[in-house]
Amino acid sequence: MAEEKVKEIKGGPGGRRYAGPKVKVENAGQIFKRIMGYVGKRYKFQYALVIICIIVNVLANIQGTMFTKSLIDDYIIPLMDSENPDYSNLLHAIIRVAIFYLCGIIAAFVQQLTMIYISQGTLRDMRQDLFTHMESLPISYFDKNTHGDIMSIYTNDIDTLRQMISQSIPQFISSVITIVSVFVSMIILSIPLTLVTVVMLFIMLKTSTKVASKSGKYFVKQQAKLGEVNGYIEETMSGQKVVKVFNHEEESKERFKKLNDELYENAYSANKFVNLIGPVNAQLGNLGYVVSAIVGGAFALKGFWGLTTGALVSFLTFNRQINMPISQVSQQMNSVVMALAGADRIFKLLDEKSETDDGYVTLVNAKEENGELVETKERTGLWAWKHTHQADKSVTYVKLTGDVVFDDVDFGYTEEKQVLYNVDLFATPGQKIAFVGSTGAGKTTITNLINRFYDRQDGKIRYDGININKIKKADLRHSLGMVLQDTHLFTATVMENIRYGKLDATDEEVYAAAKLANAHGFIKRLPDGYNTVLTGDGANLSQGQRQLLAIARAAIANPPVLILDEATSSIDTRTEKIVQSGMDKLMKGRTTFVIAHRLSTVRNSDCIIVLEQGRVIERGPHEELIEKRGKYYQLYTGNAVG
Amino acid sequence: MLKTLGKQIKEFKKASIITPVFMIFEVIFDMIIPLLMGKIVSNGIEKEDMNYIITTGIVMIVLAILGLVSGILGGVFGAKAATGFAKNLREAMFNNIQTFSFSNIDKFSTSGLVTRLTTDVTNVQNAYQMLLRMCVRAPFSMIIAMIMAFMINARIACIYLVAVLFLTTFLVFVMSRAMKYFSDVFKRYDDLNESVQENVSAIRVVKAYVREDYENEKFKKANNNLYGKFIKAEKVIAFTMPTMIATVNVTILAISWVGAHMIISHTGGLDTGDLVSLLAYCMNILMSLMILAIMFVMVSMSLSSAKRIAEVLEEKADIVNPENPVMEVKNGDIDFDGVKFAYSKNNEAGGNVLEDINLHIKSGETIGIIGGTGSSKSSLVNLISRLYDVTDGTLKVGGVNVKDYDLEVLRDEVSVVLQKNVLFSGSIYDNLRWGNKNATDEECKEACRMACADEFIEAFPDGYDTHIEQGGTNVSGGQRQRLCIARALLKKPKIIILDDSTSAVDTATDAKIRKAFKEAIPGTTKIIIAQRINSVQDSDRIIVMDEGRINGVGTHEELLKSNEIYKDVYESQTGGGGDFDVQGGEA
Repeated sequence: MAEEKVKEIKGGPGGRRYAGPKVKVENAGQIFKRIMGYVGKRYKFQYALVIICIIVNVLANIQGTMFTKSLIDDYIIPLMDSENPDYSNLLHAIIRVAIFYLCGIIAAFVQQLTMIYISQGTLRDMRQDLFTHMESLPISYFDKNTHGDIMSIYTNDIDTLRQMISQSIPQFISSVITIVSVFVSMIILSIPLTLVTVVMLFIMLKTSTKVASKSGKYFVKQQAKLGEVNGYIEETMSGQKVVKVFNHEEESKERFKKLNDELYENAYSANKFVNLIGPVNAQLGNLGYVVSAIVGGAFALKGFWGLTTGALVSFLTFNRQINMPISQVSQQMNSVVMALAGADRIFKLLDEKSETDDGYVTLVNAKEENGELVETKERTGLWAWKHTHQADKSVTYVKLTGDVVFDDVDFGYTEEKQVLYNVDLFATPGQKIAFVGSTGAGKTTITNLINRFYDRQDGKIRYDGININKIKKADLRHSLGMVLQDTHLFTATVMENIRYGKLDATDEEVYAAAKLANAHGFIKRLPDGYNTVLTGDGANLSQGQRQLLAIARAAIANPPVLILDEATSSIDTRTEKIVQSGMDKLMKGRTTFVIAHRLSTVRNSDCIIVLEQGRVIERGPHEELIEKRGKYYQLYTGNAVG
Repeated sequence: MLKTLGKQIKEFKKASIITPVFMIFEVIFDMIIPLLMGKIVSNGIEKEDMNYIITTGIVMIVLAILGLVSGILGGVFGAKAATGFAKNLREAMFNNIQTFSFSNIDKFSTSGLVTRLTTDVTNVQNAYQMLLRMCVRAPFSMIIAMIMAFMINARIACIYLVAVLFLTTFLVFVMSRAMKYFSDVFKRYDDLNESVQENVSAIRVVKAYVREDYENEKFKKANNNLYGKFIKAEKVIAFTMPTMIATVNVTILAISWVGAHMIISHTGGLDTGDLVSLLAYCMNILMSLMILAIMFVMVSMSLSSAKRIAEVLEEKADIVNPENPVMEVKNGDIDFDGVKFAYSKNNEAGGNVLEDINLHIKSGETIGIIGGTGSSKSSLVNLISRLYDVTDGTLKVGGVNVKDYDLEVLRDEVSVVLQKNVLFSGSIYDNLRWGNKNATDEECKEACRMACADEFIEAFPDGYDTHIEQGGTNVSGGQRQRLCIARALLKKPKIIILDDSTSAVDTATDAKIRKAFKEAIPGTTKIIIAQRINSVQDSDRIIVMDEGRINGVGTHEELLKSNEIYKDVYESQTGGGGDFDVQGGEA
């Protein structure tokens, strides 16, 4: 289970993971500006400080290299012939350079330190913004996007963005400043030698771009093949037991060998060219160095353009220094583009529209005084809807009872495809309504409309006589309890998981809820009882136990209306009985909408709604429907009506 | 562990040896160049010898070209060795996994195997390439530069020695601390992401309980905590680069000072050219050290991947063919005699999931098995086709111990439709023919008719050529189950086992399938595991399983009278269709 999780976090099969380096970003400029805005809003001064530090550092380095020139020309050569050499000037010069170096080192240190705060801070803020915003998004967002894709934003995209902010951009700035200042220094030292260097650099760049583009082509191929191989691996591994049962091992091996060999061919070619970039750059750089050395040596010998030995030595050092940043610039550009693609996805999530809520009817504690409802701050256990009428600002209180009415409701998740047609429904307080029908008939959709997980119908649903669109979503949902078919638990103790239903519940209330849900018994037997930490969505519990916890969680919230989605056949009969009795206790005295899979549930419902393709085709209590010999009868007996 | 992996280098041994050799050549050529540069300064420029400059220059160009060639060859062979090694690792793992028995597979889990075959191999591939190229290059260039420096002037070269010692100590200190901090940070990072994951998948719960603010608060706390940890960890390495630069700078200044003294006072035989060479080596030596430190971290990180791969390679299949296998299964008789079974052999105490199973099934019988989860119904039937080996007692099929059969023969004759069944990407025909490679279209259709899969298949626009997505995601649960049954039928087995294989099929269709079985393959032994009583109630005999033991055997009527558990189950399901979750909308 835990491992499955990790896989999902990394992006599932066929996900972005295998998409390869084909990155194209529209509006790259705008996205870049937005990132910089994001960073700048909080860390303007820090980022400015970093840039200043980079400049100081580069200049200090150049100063150091320039020192080699004066060391040879101004100190060693003149002093070489003197009888009694005076080292004090040299000492001063060295101290001067040492001070420059010291500045550079301090700058480097400050830069590193500041960058940590900027990048980690930005990352933290971005994660928080993403999470907060994600929590506000409507359910439909989570339907449209796979969990793997959403997770990949938190992991991959944020990570590439961090690299861009903390490494690529500073390095890029540093590279550019280095290139410029080294060039200036080179020109000062010797213009003709600079020209030689430029020619050599040009050749180097041309060659390496050529190699890089070639490797890029093979890389795309390699990624495609890698995707194929990984896809095949995932498929075969998850069906490995079936492979065994069908004696299909040899075929699998054969197929894998073919795919694997193809991958090797492409991976070899791709890596080959990638490996070339390094030595080509390095050795062409060397060649440039050598050519400059020869030409420079000749100049120095002949004294052309006043080139001294010291200047030559400094120049050659610069020559070495310039190779690195030049070959790095294109690399950094690449990673910036990658990061922009990730940033694009981050901003897309941040730009998603939050769930809207125009509701103004709120849920308040109430008490009865002289036969009238009065708002109170105490927890009375009696709730009322506080309805502030918009016209005259008058306030009325309506008792929360759990009376739900659907009046001719149509609904579709998208504009084009309607899912519900003319659904009429009424549930008086305390009634149990069961939904029955095949998958896709619209059972879940109806329950999703009651708690306004989806929101596109026109206000034909009334709760205690109030149009639910007027009720504040949070308050509406507080009044509804939900137990879903797939139980989701959180990484926390059992106690905290139950308390999720009512954050300020006392331990006693938790025990009571657990007892009501028949969960107390098994919780007691867990290693740490109520303090046992559940991980990986309650992976250490059985399906039935997880459901009992979900029931306890709903019980502690004590809502007047319940929405239950019964679990399907995956639990055995004994556990099922326990779960069932827990559910029954929970349902007592509450208006309950239950998506039913079990006979016993259906049979003792006040009203059974049979749905087919979004329409209510039959309704009524069990006996009535059986007599009718319609669809319900057919489902119930398992026999087609003859 | 490394030996196990090393065996897989195979045909890429040559490339693996050549690569470092070329890298060493590249380094040597690289390192001679600064030396010659010094010579140009002292012998050429200062002695005003133009010829010397030109001849030395040509030598340098030749060296640079040789360096280029070595570098390219090193790169090419390095790529070959690493990608080839990865290829062999993948293939060796994959092939070994194909020999795995069910218990081997259980041990690793599906996602565990996938990670090993994908991410881990990539990690090892990268580490191997780095090992062959960079890890050879960096120390060699350091050593050679050191040697060169000592050759030029031992006294000054001692400064390097001090610098190297200092930097090494510093790096070891920082790296060991950083590794500790970072492993903690990354664990917390994973935890944070896991909590995001949790929120994404449980978003309905969060919304239903209006806990958005609560979750935000919780996340904020964890997020800030992580932020603090990250800062602390990164601060540790923030010193690295400045210290490195400082060391280089101090070294340069020290060499300049001492060097200048030696040149000017004409002691120690140092000239300007030598000084130039020495300064050039300074960067080389200290940079190499730095690269080496980074390499060390990266390679050691990939060690855990290597370990995981070795685990798969070293795993021995625990079910293998006997020496002189029986190649024919006579009939569909099944005999359990005193069978016990435990998934793990090491933990004897209370580990048995099956105890004292004595059961004799005749060819052609239909046997129903019922029992709660954890009552070991699946374990029982999985022994029949020797997916697991019995721990104690004997199990015979067709009168012969299953351990004496050729595995392929046995599994062809005992066809199991697994509880967790999967379809593979490919057409419906492709999937069906897993059962029998040479099945004709007509045979495939016949099997589908028996499994009641023909109707919905024919309703697809492409019929039997319809493409099934990976994992069969484009067909419903009930459809998938029926396809899996058809696939198993195509084997024309002597024994067919349905392990809860009709749970998503509606009751009417379920009954139709059973009827077809009865009529079309009367001679085949049929074993049906089910949750629904009506799936088994017309079997010749029904076995009630409870906590690894047979609790009762008999017909429906007999068990209703005599067996408490059976009665219990029956009563909770009375009224025919016990399950309302009809997988409709598919017919």
